[in-house]
Amino acid sequence: MAGVMTGFGNFTHAVVRAIPSSLAKEALRMNVLDVDLVKAQREHEVYVGVLKHKLGLQVIELPADESLPDCVFVEDVAVVCGDTALITRPGAESRRKETEAMRRALKELDLNIVEMSDENATLDGGDVLFTGREFFVGLSKRTNQKGAEILADVFKDYAVSTVPVTDGLHLKSFCSMGGPGLIVIGTSEPAQKALKIMQQMSDHRYNKLTVPDDIAANTIYMNLPSKGHVLLHCTPEEFPESAKVFEKLKDHMLIPVSNMEKVKVDGALTCCSVLINKKAKV
Amino acid sequence: MTTEVGSETEVRKEPEKAEEQPAAPESEPAATNQTDEAKAAEQSANDHPAPATDSAEAPAEAKEKQEEAQPADNATPQEGEDTPASPPASEKKGISRFLPPWLKKQKSQSQVGPKESQAAPKEEAGVASVKEEDGEKGEQAEAEQTVFLVRSPAKEEKAAEESQEKSAAEEENKEAEEGGEEKKDEEESQKPEGGHSFIKSPLKLTKKVKMVMCHVTMLDGSQFPCEVEKRAKGQYLFFKVYEALNLLEKDYFGLSYKDNADQTCWLDPTKEIKRQIRNATWQFAFNVKFYPPDPSQLTEDITRYLLCLQLRQDIVSGRLPCSFVTHSLLGSYALQAELGDHDSGEHRLDYISDFQFAPSQTKEMEEKVVELHKTHRGMTPAQADAQFLENAKKLSMYGVDLHHAKDSEGVDIMLGVCANGLLIYKDRLRINRFAWPKILKISYKRSNFYIKIRPGETEQFESSVGFKLPNHRAAKRVWKVCVENHTFFRLMTPEAPIKAKFLTLGSKFRYSGRTQAQTRQASTLIDRPAPYFERTSSKRISRSLDGGRPGRLRVQGENIYVRHSNLMLEDLDKTQEDVLKHQASISELKRSFMEATPEPRPSQWEKRLTASPATSLRLQAQGKSGEAAWVAPKGSVTITTPEVITPVAVESEVEKPKDEVMEEQKRPVSVSSDSEEEEEEEEAGEYHPQVTVSASVDQIKEEPEEEGEEEEQQVNEEPVAEPLPEPVVEVKAQPVPAVVEENSATEPQLAPVAEESPEDILVTPDEAPNGHAESPEDHQGPVALEEEEEKEPRVNGDASHSETERLPQVICCSEPPVVKTEMVTISDTFAAQKTEIATKEVPIVHTETKTITYEAAQLDGSGDGEPGVLMTAQTITSESLCTTTTTHITKTLKGGLSETRIEKRIVITGDSDIDHDQALAQAIKEAKEQHPDMSVTRVVVHKETELAEEGED
Repeated sequence: MAGVMTGFGNFTHAVVRAIPSSLAKEALRMNVLDVDLVKAQREHEVYVGVLKHKLGLQVIELPADESLPDCVFVEDVAVVCGDTALITRPGAESRRKETEAMRRALKELDLNIVEMSDENATLDGGDVLFTGREFFVGLSKRTNQKGAEILADVFKDYAVSTVPVTDGLHLKSFCSMGGPGLIVIGTSEPAQKALKIMQQMSDHRYNKLTVPDDIAANTIYMNLPSKGHVLLHCTPEEFPESAKVFEKLKDHMLIPVSNMEKVKVDGALTCCSVLINKKAKV
Repeated sequence: MTTEVGSETEVRKEPEKAEEQPAAPESEPAATNQTDEAKAAEQSANDHPAPATDSAEAPAEAKEKQEEAQPADNATPQEGEDTPASPPASEKKGISRFLPPWLKKQKSQSQVGPKESQAAPKEEAGVASVKEEDGEKGEQAEAEQTVFLVRSPAKEEKAAEESQEKSAAEEENKEAEEGGEEKKDEEESQKPEGGHSFIKSPLKLTKKVKMVMCHVTMLDGSQFPCEVEKRAKGQYLFFKVYEALNLLEKDYFGLSYKDNADQTCWLDPTKEIKRQIRNATWQFAFNVKFYPPDPSQLTEDITRYLLCLQLRQDIVSGRLPCSFVTHSLLGSYALQAELGDHDSGEHRLDYISDFQFAPSQTKEMEEKVVELHKTHRGMTPAQADAQFLENAKKLSMYGVDLHHAKDSEGVDIMLGVCANGLLIYKDRLRINRFAWPKILKISYKRSNFYIKIRPGETEQFESSVGFKLPNHRAAKRVWKVCVENHTFFRLMTPEAPIKAKFLTLGSKFRYSGRTQAQTRQASTLIDRPAPYFERTSSKRISRSLDGGRPGRLRVQGENIYVRHSNLMLEDLDKTQEDVLKHQASISELKRSFMEATPEPRPSQWEKRLTASPATSLRLQAQGKSGEAAWVAPKGSVTITTPEVITPVAVESEVEKPKDEVMEEQKRPVSVSSDSEEEEEEEEAGEYHPQVTVSASVDQIKEEPEEEGEEEEQQVNEEPVAEPLPEPVVEVKAQPVPAVVEENSATEPQLAPVAEESPEDILVTPDEAPNGHAESPEDHQGPVALEEEEEKEPRVNGDASHSETERLPQVICCSEPPVVKTEMVTISDTFAAQKTEIATKEVPIVHTETKTITYEAAQLDGSGDGEPGVLMTAQTITSESLCTTTTTHITKTLKGGLSETRIEKRIVITGDSDIDHDQALAQAIKEAKEQHPDMSVTRVVVHKETELAEEGED
């Protein structure tokens, strides 16, 4: 019997979405960078392969939608915790339709679907950091207070604290969970400031793993029955210094995953999947 | 001083008042001594008209106004007496109003603790009352004859009266300022008084005391009726409840009540219940006050069970929000704990529809609950509870006490107080959090609540954050909850009482219970087989606090006090002869008392007395001779000395700066003046969280736990001065079958808790209505008198206060069936500041007060509520260098029997070098000798000692 707030990092399913060719030209990005679509797609295939084959998750692959250049970043359109899925209202209007396919997929997984219907609310999943004990929601260009309130209302068991995100796209553009009670954080001033806020706001004590590169702080942590602690993180090719830091995590199965192309359109590792624990359903 | 006779219920407050008056410092030096009495007399006279009071209080009055008095008495004995404070009812000129609040406030040493509860009634200031059942006894005659010996009898009296009026006026102002007092009165009148004077109380002694039925809603929804002495402290009720529950790990729990604004408040164990609930009904709820962050660390299953019940309430009421899944999961554990394994045969789906798992529960949820219930097979109730708690404790709102507020910009927010600190919510979002280590100071002023934040690593200055609460009371409530939670969860031991080197205007409130660390340690010592307890069906759970409220009793007669004062005036006319007689009788009383009661441990007795600077003796003699000796701690000379007779102790003091009395009086006065401008709302309180010992909670990250020293300094920055606590008058009502004796001792209470003071003020009025409970006694009840006295010598910051430790041990005492009660109270009082010294630098004197009551068990049997008719009442006060003796003689006609009660209060003031014990013994003996035909029914000893630290508030 799973209890409240147990099984952090334990996932059975993952929802991903293919990269549309429109991504190269049309996907939103903060910096103007050229994306090699083919490289990006190959990169994504590897990513999905790790989830599916290396980690043994049941992966639901949604087809790409050319009209939705950012659709590969599924994380932003749904926040799943336990057996409840909050379908978000992405801050970027061009992405609102991305929720449709996700909604269908999650319904098929028999999750409780909650819609964010308030038109004043916006929320990108990339701004939602779930630590296993609570939520931190970055108030960013994409996420507003109302969106955070709705999330808090949906996941009543948890404390939901807001964290201003002044730089970067999302809260998770510079941080993520690297394990239970372990926050991986970038070294930039905004990142450190956000960490301070999170620490202050929390009743729980978190350890931190600081990496030189903000974007390298975005990792995917899982705790799988057969694998133990698993961490998907940046490759040494991308961020050599940061990659070294992860090597300190002796208890983790470290899996470097390349994200060179997607990062050009502000896509981080966590952005490309929605992880679900069907067993978590009590 | 005054002895009243009446039904139990009808406790007379007058006597108390009279006593109080002497103690009360009010004021005017010139009129001083007399003033009190005079006032009282005036009041009594004026009040007489008031129908409220049943008991005839003053003999004089009785004579003159017997007619009036009697009817009145019959009508509403109890209330009338209390009312003295309330002006309205009385025909008087409103003299009653003039009565200093402190008079009203005097605390009787009501049940301080469970132990004391029984004896509580006795605790009243050391006043010995003697009852004569045969009203005609010589003593009575004497008593009646006894006139207040005033130095300059007639003249002084008059002067006194005038002065009294003045003082009274001042007092009124104070009261008004204090605000709410009047309200209190009203409230009081409405309060269901102990009217029930049930004599059920097992304790024989209790019979004399007014009892009130408390109804406590337990966590399983059942009602726990509990009869308590009307002036019992919260502690007593706590004890009863814990006892009923067989609960040892009790520190996590508390009793709550709804105030007038329907806000839930925690009952303070250290203060009188009545003063806290004011006019609310005596309806309480047993609740978890401090939610243990890790319930698995609780030692006993019964504790966890109770916590589960609380959480189930929290969940169903919506206070503890949960997701669907969590509702289902917790519900399933609750089912397992209550019903055991799921039985598909026996448990059809509808078996759970009687249970409530969520604020709004759906069929789907019930199905889920059942589904989960099935998976718990084999789990014992205790295990199910443990699982329930393991899940519930993780919920973000677990143990968070929310309060509505606005931020500096007027935005609605919620303040959440919890084990780790203060949480700020906007809607459902946590927008800020201040862990205890991060908070340097917590304060409130008016309706604002402030926290001072420790500067961050990069910051240089500490910052303050202010919140606006709906009203002053709300601000204070949040503040108190913060103080308590910080202390409980963060400290190893409760913070020592404020060591104020400066005049503290703010609230002195502090958490006085055990901390989590202490309770955990105590829990490790629990060595008993797991107690059996019955798990009641959750179907019964009701969250209503309102259920089954007892009917209210109307309190009538507010003017009793006034009447009494009239009597007093009359008495003033008496000659010195009376005074001498009085003194003589006192000595007799002492002698006889001492003789009568063999002292088990003479040595200890002496030891104690000697050690304790202030000792007050209260003797009650029933049927036969009884006089009470009241010994005050400070440098006291012989108790009995008739030498100098001062009508009112207080007054005398005024003249003599050294006298304790003076100080007392002055204090209140000064306070009032200072506080006049203050209203409740202006009250302020500060609290500097000290993390002297960082307790168990280390969860706070990065926050330095070394906060302490700075925090320790508690200086009230707030300009607003709260009304200092005024001396409280204690009234005791002892129900006697045939004759009811009520001894009331007035004690000026110095206890100056800033916070409380406002409350107190409010409270006072309430009490007044009751007639008896006059209870000025608020929190510090017992202490007050003593403190004042002690303080006196120390006035103005004399650094040289001898600090004496009181020895708790007690004494010996009286005849076989004696009930001994001991109460030790440590409180800090504002330094005895003379009126003249309004400086903030006045040192605060910490005082420890100990009250020991000896009571003859044989006392009247039934505390029938029949009001007796007061035939006569008189008060005599005499004073010598170190001793002030006040005698109240009351003659009551009841059921054809006339009863005379003599209550003597002897205040012995002196340093430890004075042999208080001896003085006391002598006083008792003399009293006995003086009234051979009377018996000593009660001796109450108040000892007051200065301490370095204070405990109360």
